[in-house]
Amino acid sequence: MTGKSKTSVASILPGAVTLVLATVYLIVLLRVENQATILALLGVGIAAVVMANWLGWFASVGQSFGEREGPLGLLAVGLAVVVAGYFHGDHFVLLLLCTVLLYTLATLGLNLQFGFAGVLNFAGASFFGIGAYTAAVLNEHTSIPHLFVLLIGGGMAALIGSLLLLPVLRTRGHYAAVVTIAFALLFKTFLEVNDLLGGPQGLQVKSMVLFGWSFNNNIEIGSLELSFYFAYFIASVLLLVGAFILVRRLERSWIGLNLDALRLDETAAQCFGLNIVRWKVTAFLLGNFLIGVAGTLQGFVTGFVQPNSYTFADSLIFVSILLLGGIGNPWGVAVATIIVVIVPEKLQVIQEYRFLLFSSLVIMVLLFRPDGLLPRSVRNYFPGWRP
Amino acid sequence: MTQTSPDALLTVQALTKRFGGLVALDQLELEMYRGEIIGLIGPNGSGKTTFFNVITGLYGADGGNVRFGGADITRSTPQAVYHAGISRTFQRSRLSLPLSIFDNIMIGNHKRLSQGVWFNIMRRGAFRAEFAASFEEARALVEVFDAPLADRMLEPVGGLPMIDRRRIEICRALISRPKLLLLDEPSAGMTHDETKQLMDDILEIRDRIQELSIVIVEHEMGVIERITDRCIVLNFGRKIADGTFAMIAADKQVQEAYLGLQ
Ligand SMILES: Nc1ncnc2c1ncn2[C@@H]1O[C@H](COP(=O)(O)OP(=O)(O)O)[C@@H](O)[C@H]1O
Ligand SMILES: [Mg+2]
Repeated sequence: MTGKSKTSVASILPGAVTLVLATVYLIVLLRVENQATILALLGVGIAAVVMANWLGWFASVGQSFGEREGPLGLLAVGLAVVVAGYFHGDHFVLLLLCTVLLYTLATLGLNLQFGFAGVLNFAGASFFGIGAYTAAVLNEHTSIPHLFVLLIGGGMAALIGSLLLLPVLRTRGHYAAVVTIAFALLFKTFLEVNDLLGGPQGLQVKSMVLFGWSFNNNIEIGSLELSFYFAYFIASVLLLVGAFILVRRLERSWIGLNLDALRLDETAAQCFGLNIVRWKVTAFLLGNFLIGVAGTLQGFVTGFVQPNSYTFADSLIFVSILLLGGIGNPWGVAVATIIVVIVPEKLQVIQEYRFLLFSSLVIMVLLFRPDGLLPRSVRNYFPGWRP
Repeated sequence: MTQTSPDALLTVQALTKRFGGLVALDQLELEMYRGEIIGLIGPNGSGKTTFFNVITGLYGADGGNVRFGGADITRSTPQAVYHAGISRTFQRSRLSLPLSIFDNIMIGNHKRLSQGVWFNIMRRGAFRAEFAASFEEARALVEVFDAPLADRMLEPVGGLPMIDRRRIEICRALISRPKLLLLDEPSAGMTHDETKQLMDDILEIRDRIQELSIVIVEHEMGVIERITDRCIVLNFGRKIADGTFAMIAADKQVQEAYLGLQ
């Protein structure tokens, strides 16, 4: 027993150290404005990762996260708050952090669909948009408490997504993908021609009020003044933590096993009693719900919604985050989102070429590291515990 | 060992399956008793795998019927056939390679695991108890086949040699305690000694699980002679002989159709 607990204690260090280093790096990257310095910093970052990989460091980091995910997750949340605290008055950075968190949340939904159940969804941004538009409309015309608006936004995404269920279930493989692409294109056109939803100009979203607290005001604690985005940041963190735990528990249960089984071999799964339709539907709807919830909060955060924010190209961003991070691994999704959201914001030279860059990056990863930057490991139902 | 109980477990009448113009199963008749081990033999392409696929509901029959434990399962889905108590292995191994040994075996345990969403996500204490019990059960089952393998339950199957994969596939089929086990060339790709060992393990399991009936497709006649109570010989989808190994081995038609071909 003592031997076992010793190894566990030892194994938390690589993960913790990596998290702290990554946080410091992120703070520096977010602070620096000079383009040349940013370029140099990115170079240093890539070199460090390649070097660490070469030295075999990531094997122990992986072990660390594998066995001690709980404490490391807590540390990650704490460090995220530290980053936000460091930039407490900076609207731009806090907005960026919210975007990272909510994109991660949405991609977790996509991960449930594609990573676990193998159902492709190229309309992620549409379902994200459904959430955001739900926030705008409900906020304008009703006085439903905003906590419920979040749930309704997710529910709407799941409900409208169920329109796609028949084609998604009936067809195997790529045809289902085409159906979701068609939906993504139609969705944007629908928004553009719909005057009730503001047409191409979109709609304003009034700020969030939770438990009597309006998110519109800057927060003052003593002499410290926090950006109003800080409250949104906290809300995003809480939602993401909830979704992360949900997705993890799902994965580490018989349901996660069902989804893997039907993705990997539908015929064998059928021969062992698995109801393919039930579990595909569950994964697709639950995934869309998470995407919708993320979109709803994003609607509140940005304060306005417009068709151009929810295009097919944005859906591709979600998919590339998933491919880049490591299909099936929520930590990989988080890391990939940080890269995909923050780098183009900081490095203005690549802004215009970001799609080109991401697609090349994704192709590179698919070629040389097909399981993504942080590949999913074999299921461990209760990390650090064995029967 | 033959026919300890006289009641039929599986009754197949005039079962027919066509693929276009090809008759893969032709008016097949078969009666099988509880606890029996039947060898299903015949040259390649004679319809053995097709027979399994029709029984398990993967292919729809074009004629005839299948009764299992008194119920008609001719038009049942694969899911329903599994729930009725039939499980199988596949000629070309169909394990999920990225998943662990334990996960693969649990796929076969589907009907005995709690499938509720709320249970799986929110009642983690109860889930942990079910997990621990299942883990122990799966481990014990694997141990019958290969003790060292039982210590590697959380390793991915993809890294294992063929013989271990075959063993795990049989464990996956056995874990739900089926009444009827269909084994499609379980020893394909194994050496003579490995095959012998595998068959010993299968017999040991059968002695433990009372009333387990087995249909096994196997090419090695020594194996068939040793473990089966009765043999069915197929040729071009038709049953050409049905009897003990000694009987079918002496059969002229069988020698021409099958043994002569070797
Ligand atoms: N899905 C299928 N489509 C068309 N023909 C098939 C299919 N499955 C099997 N067959 C044909 O049916 C015959 C019997 O095949 P099979 O049952 O696999 O034989 P065995 O298992 O005895 O070697 C073969 O001629 C084979 O080509
Ligand atoms: Mg065959």
